Amino acid sequence: MGKKHETPLLDELKKGKWVSFVREIERAAEKSERTEDLLGQVENSYRDKITHWKHGGMAGVRGYGAGLVGRFTEFPEKYPGVKECHSMRVNQTSGFFYNSDILRKIADIAEQHAGGLLNLHGSTGDIQILGVWQAEAEEAFQKCAELGFDLGGGGSDLRTPSCCVGPARCEFANYDTLQICYDMTQAFQDEMHRPSFNYKFKLKFSGCSNDCVAAASRSDMAFIGTWKDKIKINQDEVKNYVKKFNVQKYVLDKCPTKCMLFEGENLVIDDSNCVKCMHCINEMPKALRSGDEKGLSILLGAKAPLVTGPRLGMMLVPFYDVLEDSKNDYEWLKGLISNMWEFWDEYGVSRERIGELMQRVGVVTFLEGIGLEPIPEMVNHPRGNPFIKFTDDED
Amino acid sequence: MTDETKKKLEDKIVGLVKEYDGKKRFKPVDIVKEMEKEFADEGLSKDDIKSVLKEIMNDEKLVYGYAGGSFLTLPDNKG
Repeated sequence: MGKKHETPLLDELKKGKWVSFVREIERAAEKSERTEDLLGQVENSYRDKITHWKHGGMAGVRGYGAGLVGRFTEFPEKYPGVKECHSMRVNQTSGFFYNSDILRKIADIAEQHAGGLLNLHGSTGDIQILGVWQAEAEEAFQKCAELGFDLGGGGSDLRTPSCCVGPARCEFANYDTLQICYDMTQAFQDEMHRPSFNYKFKLKFSGCSNDCVAAASRSDMAFIGTWKDKIKINQDEVKNYVKKFNVQKYVLDKCPTKCMLFEGENLVIDDSNCVKCMHCINEMPKALRSGDEKGLSILLGAKAPLVTGPRLGMMLVPFYDVLEDSKNDYEWLKGLISNMWEFWDEYGVSRERIGELMQRVGVVTFLEGIGLEPIPEMVNHPRGNPFIKFTDDED
Repeated sequence: MTDETKKKLEDKIVGLVKEYDGKKRFKPVDIVKEMEKEFADEGLSKDDIKSVLKEIMNDEKLVYGYAGGSFLTLPDNKG
């Protein structure tokens, strides 16, 4: 069968040894006419160097205000298969664990009710079924529900919380990212399915500061695993690493706070100056381990550039004993999150992320509003944050 | 909240969206704030209003739309 649309620019993206999204769309297009039109639409956008999608509008399933992201072509007559090309966000599992049977069934739903394309995973973390039409959305949703999957967030709501693989597969995890992600998802179902915020709000959980889900830069509220006590050192393994590579150059010299040194053959760490960046542990995993007093740090306010510029999260809670709070069903954490939403609800303006609100009203006002005391560990350096003044004795 | 108050609140919310259809897009947060003021004498909490709003959406008396932010609109506007 000949090609419905000529795609010389997209064909360029099939060259080379790499996986190509164009090749995958073409494979799906063999079975789906609407996906053939997707190729034409994307080629058109590449040719004109501008997107020809219209975003938003009215798309959804019954009772939910989120989970189906509306997308329409600007050329419905030219590309009728993508006159509607909505993305159905399906709430991923914690840590992205699936069995192949479930993935096949989700792929079947994508073939039966959409363009046969899946995106695993979208930037928020969800599985995305691409190319859904409004008329088929409800049935596709019900089939996902039969498999035990709900829709994720979208619009001005709590976006689908996501987490790294955590202790399920990673020795660096300092807390059970999967458990807390699952619990928060269950606790805030209403906030996820029924948009009632000023703008989006994201929760991401990383087990350590390697931050595999990019929580510190991409989520309004980031949870980064850390520890309070000393890094555990196995000096014999340190000696083995010294035989293999230049530990001084690649580990000690690259320590951001220069808190490591060799005393003879022994590695010594000034833990009071360690910022738990994980660099040394990554380089010498057999020799170094995080401490025993584990928990997490909570950062607030990160976002990508959209309405205003990008922001990294600000340290809000330097150490949160997640294990202890989990015994109380995360009562303290849920209270903190609810307080923040309450304050944001009251004082935020339309399309203002919570980090932008904090910047606008000032950190002191924000902290008062959510009921947290300012503490020195919230800032990198004394006087590093112009909003908080400490007296000499507090310095 | 009595059934009577609930009905009044429901009618008020749907009526407001109907009245401003095509002129103003109400975010759910705006509606909640507006109703909090409107029903201040009856002591309705935000949660009360949100639960009524949830029922309105479940019954599809109103539906959600998205244009840079989420808003409430009439089901007739759904394509």
